Amino acid sequence: MGISTESQFHVLAVDDNLIDRKLIERLLKTSSYQVTTVDSGIKALEFLGVHEDDQSNPDIPSVFPNTHQEVEVNLIITDYCMPGMTGYDLLRKIKESSSLRNIPVVIMSSENVPSRISRCLEEGAEEFFLKPVQLADVNRLRPHIMKTKPKDQHEDKQENKEEELGKPEFQSREEKEQQQQQQHHHLQQQHSNSNKRKALEEGLSPDRTRPRYNNGLTTVV
Amino acid sequence: MDGVAQLQKQLVDFTDSLFQEGFLDEQFNQLQQLQDESNPDFVVEVVSLFFEDSERLLNELAKALEQKTIDFRKVDAHVHQFKGSSSSIGAQRVQKVCIAFRNYCEEQNIEGVKPWHRCLKCLQQVKLEYSLVKNKLETLFKIEKQLIAAGGSIPT
Repeated sequence: MGISTESQFHVLAVDDNLIDRKLIERLLKTSSYQVTTVDSGIKALEFLGVHEDDQSNPDIPSVFPNTHQEVEVNLIITDYCMPGMTGYDLLRKIKESSSLRNIPVVIMSSENVPSRISRCLEEGAEEFFLKPVQLADVNRLRPHIMKTKPKDQHEDKQENKEEELGKPEFQSREEKEQQQQQQHHHLQQQHSNSNKRKALEEGLSPDRTRPRYNNGLTTVV
Repeated sequence: MDGVAQLQKQLVDFTDSLFQEGFLDEQFNQLQQLQDESNPDFVVEVVSLFFEDSERLLNELAKALEQKTIDFRKVDAHVHQFKGSSSSIGAQRVQKVCIAFRNYCEEQNIEGVKPWHRCLKCLQQVKLEYSLVKNKLETLFKIEKQLIAAGGSIPT
């Protein structure tokens, strides 16, 4: 398990449940990501530097040039069922923000509701994990996170990626995974027809290579 | 090394029984997998958080059910939390009674039908299963502690 070379990927985890925050933090750290956990969608947006008022006027930049440091976030993983702002609401806000829409978002939920899953994927979520989230799920984050980094950094990661995929998976997960994969495959087929989103990705990808602040801090709010 | 071997056997047998009796499920194994030299107390930490949080939720639930007019959405929200955390640590029997409780709460969102005494029974079941698993886990941790103190290591 690498330490310093992997510390560049930063994941923001959002969950109102204390135990789940502890668990997701450990899962992500085990996979060598830097982690920040917050307990609400509003706090997540604050952390990301988004102010609610900006959303209404597209001409005003959504992210204030802050006096405090901005930390780059490479992936957001959020619970679906949260009081106030749900994970879905948060997903929408992120996708509506010109500065944040390219950050991959993953949704977690304890409930297996196909319509919920497809709604999230259609709104732009990369993955939908059923809780309790396990190491096998976290391993699936890597390809999404790697899309946000410039290509020449991918070589270092390849080795570690293979190493992590070799981690043992448990028999009893098979059923759950098969079900998830079936749904996911079906939904991916629908999803891949969404040309609008693809165009967005292609159009904006050069911007992602522009270096941003990365002070390597891990913070827990 | 007899003492160590004995304690190890005790630990394995006890853990097996917890799985067989449904107190714990696969998710508990997952937690143990996340424990290593850099995080040697992870399982105890998460479970301790679970105990604290559960006690808070049980108090909230008792309060909510004491109200003249029960806010079932509030009750449901608390049970949902409890269901979530018990599922996350692998406390299977607690999770199951939470699910039953929630189903019951959903049924009760019918105008004029609010038999709170049955909700109270649901709460009692959750309380019971919770105290059972708490007891079991505390025993488990005690054996582990004894094993380590005797110079042994926890079998993986």
